[in-house]
Amino acid sequence: MDLNYTAEDLSFRDEVRTYLEANLPADLKQKVLNHKRMSREDFVRWHKILAKQGWVGTGWPKEFGGTGWTATQRHIFEEECARAGTPAILPFGVNMVAPVIMAFGNQAQKDYYLPRILNCDDWWCQGYSEPGSGSDLASLKTRAERDGDFYIVNGQKTWTTLAQHADMIFCLVRTDSGGRKQEGISFLLIDMKTPGITVRPIIMLDEDHEVNEVFFDNVKVPVQNLIGEENKGWTYAKYLLGHERTNIAAVGRAKRELEFLKRVAAEHQKNGKPLIDDPVYASKVASLEIELMALEITVLRVISQDSGRPGPEASLLKIKGTEIQQRLTELMIEAVGPYSLPFDPAFMHGDTESSVMGDDDAAPLASYYFNFRKTSIYGGSNEIQKNIITQMILGL
Amino acid sequence: MDFSLTQEQQQFADAIKRWVAKDYNFEQRKHIIQSEAGVSDTAWSALAELGAMALPVPEAQGGFDGSAIDMLIVMQELGRGIVIEPYFATVLGAEFLKQAGSHAAILEQVAGGEVKLAAALAEKQSRHDLFDIVTTATKNADGFVLNGVKTIVLHGAQADHLMVSARSSGNQRDTTGISLFIVDAKTAGLSRRDYRTIDGYRAADIHFDQVQVPASALLGAEAAGWELLDAASDYGVTLLCAEAVGVIEAITNATLEYLKTRQQFGVPIGKFQVLQHRMAEMFMEMEQARSMATLAAVKVSSSNVEERRRTVSAAKARVGQAARFVGQSAVQLHGGMGVTNELPAAHMFKRLTMIELSLGDTDHHLARFVAQPGFKQAA
Repeated sequence: MDLNYTAEDLSFRDEVRTYLEANLPADLKQKVLNHKRMSREDFVRWHKILAKQGWVGTGWPKEFGGTGWTATQRHIFEEECARAGTPAILPFGVNMVAPVIMAFGNQAQKDYYLPRILNCDDWWCQGYSEPGSGSDLASLKTRAERDGDFYIVNGQKTWTTLAQHADMIFCLVRTDSGGRKQEGISFLLIDMKTPGITVRPIIMLDEDHEVNEVFFDNVKVPVQNLIGEENKGWTYAKYLLGHERTNIAAVGRAKRELEFLKRVAAEHQKNGKPLIDDPVYASKVASLEIELMALEITVLRVISQDSGRPGPEASLLKIKGTEIQQRLTELMIEAVGPYSLPFDPAFMHGDTESSVMGDDDAAPLASYYFNFRKTSIYGGSNEIQKNIITQMILGL
Repeated sequence: MDFSLTQEQQQFADAIKRWVAKDYNFEQRKHIIQSEAGVSDTAWSALAELGAMALPVPEAQGGFDGSAIDMLIVMQELGRGIVIEPYFATVLGAEFLKQAGSHAAILEQVAGGEVKLAAALAEKQSRHDLFDIVTTATKNADGFVLNGVKTIVLHGAQADHLMVSARSSGNQRDTTGISLFIVDAKTAGLSRRDYRTIDGYRAADIHFDQVQVPASALLGAEAAGWELLDAASDYGVTLLCAEAVGVIEAITNATLEYLKTRQQFGVPIGKFQVLQHRMAEMFMEMEQARSMATLAAVKVSSSNVEERRRTVSAAKARVGQAARFVGQSAVQLHGGMGVTNELPAAHMFKRLTMIELSLGDTDHHLARFVAQPGFKQAA
């Protein structure tokens, strides 16, 4: 048992750290560290900077232009990015549809899409959930009917993250309603500019436009946009879900947010003293910090098994990781107390230099808190994750 | 990073597991608890023969110089078997001698399984603060004279030698002025009252009435024993965390088995989602506790004292929470059977509950974690 990084790991970490210090634009870093809202351009700019360095496909094999890194290296890279305050590389292209294309796509699809994903030439979104199909995803109803060289797609997707920016959507569609619900599903790639697609915003608790409904009205999709075989889409979808859960614990970001929390709690007063000196509050922070310490070791234990893809233990990481993220945002609004109330979207979008009430740390925190309630619901709700643990690990 | 066990560590764990299965099963354990002695000489010899006594002792004293990770493995196995022998007490006692770097002959006897040790640290008023000491040590021409009472000394009546904290100077709650001694349990003026603990152990109150010990009984420097006491106690906490993880594993497995076999409404009760989710939560608590017990074992020997304190307290707090949740959940999922004294799970629950309250409870260690200088800055 040895909990130290190897010399190679440490020099890799230094390389990443040095690179990020030199290449992460200061304005992007400030937006991330200050919980501001990111624009399409912000995401694309950072993606293209990393693409130039060849560090986008961190989970990809080298043959497709990936880094070919080990699980430990990926963990170090993610931790360093979180520490530096980089914008996220959105998972929909790089970590979700790309692995499916690599595993099940044909040569033409690989040749065309994968380089474009690496370079952010296409912005991808995910067409999975439907109004009637949340946790019970396989009950989805959006239909694709074969008509010559096209599929005609009709139906509706929902909770589609940042679809308003997207060039492409990968969709689970029903191509057969005969047998078991899992058996008639196909995996289609659809150009968002195709006639018949309508995107309608869903405004969330924090009044941000992060997700959408996507309507399909007789949308013509070329058959060459089918991944793998017709009616085998559920297999590909399950494969994708495994990839979705990598780094779901987001330990690096939580460590950064914990430091932020402690700073804010030191700067806000209770009973005439820094809040962090209040034993009741300090004890909440301590419990959270300890949970995070434990989760970091749990993540490293999973990584050290390095089986390539996370197994059902990823469910544990998802639950614990999201609980910690949510608890952090809870303690943040507790820290600033009544300063959570003023709502200042212009400041959060970076349109104004300082917030209306003058506490720039506090201004985004209530929005952040409300935004993070999604984490225990998306990506398979935490209750679904418990089902996975009981079935796959405990055998109940 | 590497979390795997070496082949030797795995073999050691397997050997203890086999011994527990063969010679320390639930019925045999119950018999020992109900016996007059409250411990088993046979079990003690078996542990010594397996090398468990020699493991923590330095090579120079005939031991294997085992690391805290090696001890983690042993304590987990003893936890799985809810073994109630004075192993923890003796290893904790030996840690005082190792840290003091003295009394090699006694360490040799520990390695050979010839003596048992115990740590007499707590007093009636001290609660979890081991620096809160009323017992006095007065220097005289022959060494020191000890006066005072130590309470709930785990396996104190079974020990041949006791590690005793006493006050040479200063006020009751000062960390300065503390001296540590090794005291032969048969010394004149020392009396012990032995009793059972609710989790099957033995503990004793120990009275020191004008107990004369030689100058050579002093461990470390006179009136400057706090650092040693604190470090040895952290080592003990690390052992308890490891033991707790073993108990948590065993009680979780027992509960899982019960959910698969107990039938109600015509199906195994494990088919009910509300019970499944409680079970999933127990599993997650177990994994988080295991991570922290491992981290503590890695950091307890750190030369960075703050890092050691911070990590060990974090581990005890987290393992303590897990112990309470898992223990209570196991009883709940066992239904009526869970509140009888008949199932191993009930005894595991009692042990987990008492571990949480030993050498600093969850609140104590949370407060200690907060009190470390780094808490307000570093994450």
